[in-house]
Amino acid sequence: MADNSFSLWHEFKKGLWQDIPPFRLVLGTCPTLAVTNSVENGFAMGLATLFVLLCSNVAVSALRKYVSAQVRIAMYVVIIALFVTLADLFLAAKFPPISKALGPYVPLIVVNCIILGRAEAFAQRSPVVPSIMDALGIGIGFMLSLMTMGFIRELLGFGSILNFKVLGDWFEPWIVMILPAGAFIVFGSLIALVNHISHRKASQGIKRSLF
Amino acid sequence: MKLIMIFISASLINNFVLTYFLGICPFLGVSNKTENALNMGLATTFVMTLTAAVTWPIYTYILVKFNVPFLEYVAFIIAIAALVQLVEMYIRKSSPALYRALGIYLPLITTNCAVLGLALFMVLREYNYIESIIFGFSTGVGFTMAILMMSGIREELEFADIPRPFRGISITLIIAGMMALAFMGFAGLIRG
Repeated sequence: MADNSFSLWHEFKKGLWQDIPPFRLVLGTCPTLAVTNSVENGFAMGLATLFVLLCSNVAVSALRKYVSAQVRIAMYVVIIALFVTLADLFLAAKFPPISKALGPYVPLIVVNCIILGRAEAFAQRSPVVPSIMDALGIGIGFMLSLMTMGFIRELLGFGSILNFKVLGDWFEPWIVMILPAGAFIVFGSLIALVNHISHRKASQGIKRSLF
Repeated sequence: MKLIMIFISASLINNFVLTYFLGICPFLGVSNKTENALNMGLATTFVMTLTAAVTWPIYTYILVKFNVPFLEYVAFIIAIAALVQLVEMYIRKSSPALYRALGIYLPLITTNCAVLGLALFMVLREYNYIESIIFGFSTGVGFTMAILMMSGIREELEFADIPRPFRGISITLIIAGMMALAFMGFAGLIRG
């Protein structure tokens, strides 16, 4: 039992750093770049993706014994498209401003490689409960990444956080951060940062094992 | 005149890769060699033009007519997947060399968000049939241009001394950011 809960915790935890989707796996880059001009948008997009990922992982995992290998990709896509439609209509009904800000990027969750990737790499060969943990870990990791991007871009681009002005009048907003170019540059730099930290961790690990 | 506007707008000003961030996966994955980049660009352009030509009638004559436009995501993604499958079968028969060069990237066009994005934008902007096809084609041209330029830069970068954490994806993204800045210069071509 202890063993079992440990592995469930591991499935959850790996999404938060070891396999954090945009920075390590470089999956789901499209929403990472497109909707992260503010923390709020990043959060909404992350939540929508988490919902779709969770539902599709559960569905794929529950149906894994009944679907033949040849048609599985088509089935994943239809399942994902179904939940994305749900999420999209829900957002449009309950939160029209957010739905408007995210625009066509909500329907584009259909082709977010993270979701298809998790279905293919994990859910199709695991029982339901680990699949839920996997979806939660990866989904929350993705959401946190989007919010980090949104935080940096909103802070430097508008001088605010969650529409609340934090930097005084002395601050000259960096317009480039809100533009597409800023998204690419922030994303590239964050990947470099993650690389740097993991290189350092790895080399420290080697030193420790030597002495 | 409107057709020329659509062409310039979709290929240069609102380049899918550099302003809407659509199609980043192949843009990063296949841009390390000019030859592969060109092939990928051509295949994508082809699929995009076909997608526009196929999804427009599906949307107008089936989804709208039967009042089920909420099925558009499901319908579009199935249409695109079927199209890519056909193109793949055709290329495998007609040109095995090209098939080997494109390798796994051809099926990946299915999950290329640029192709689905194209269909969604087409509906959103209410283009007519001819405009949609032009839109699909010019989006493909824009994608080819971006990926080709990136591959040229990356081939030169092989000889550069890049700080270690920045190697690989990281420097590619930062260069893409600079390209996006450069492409902003085209914004003056069309007013409004």
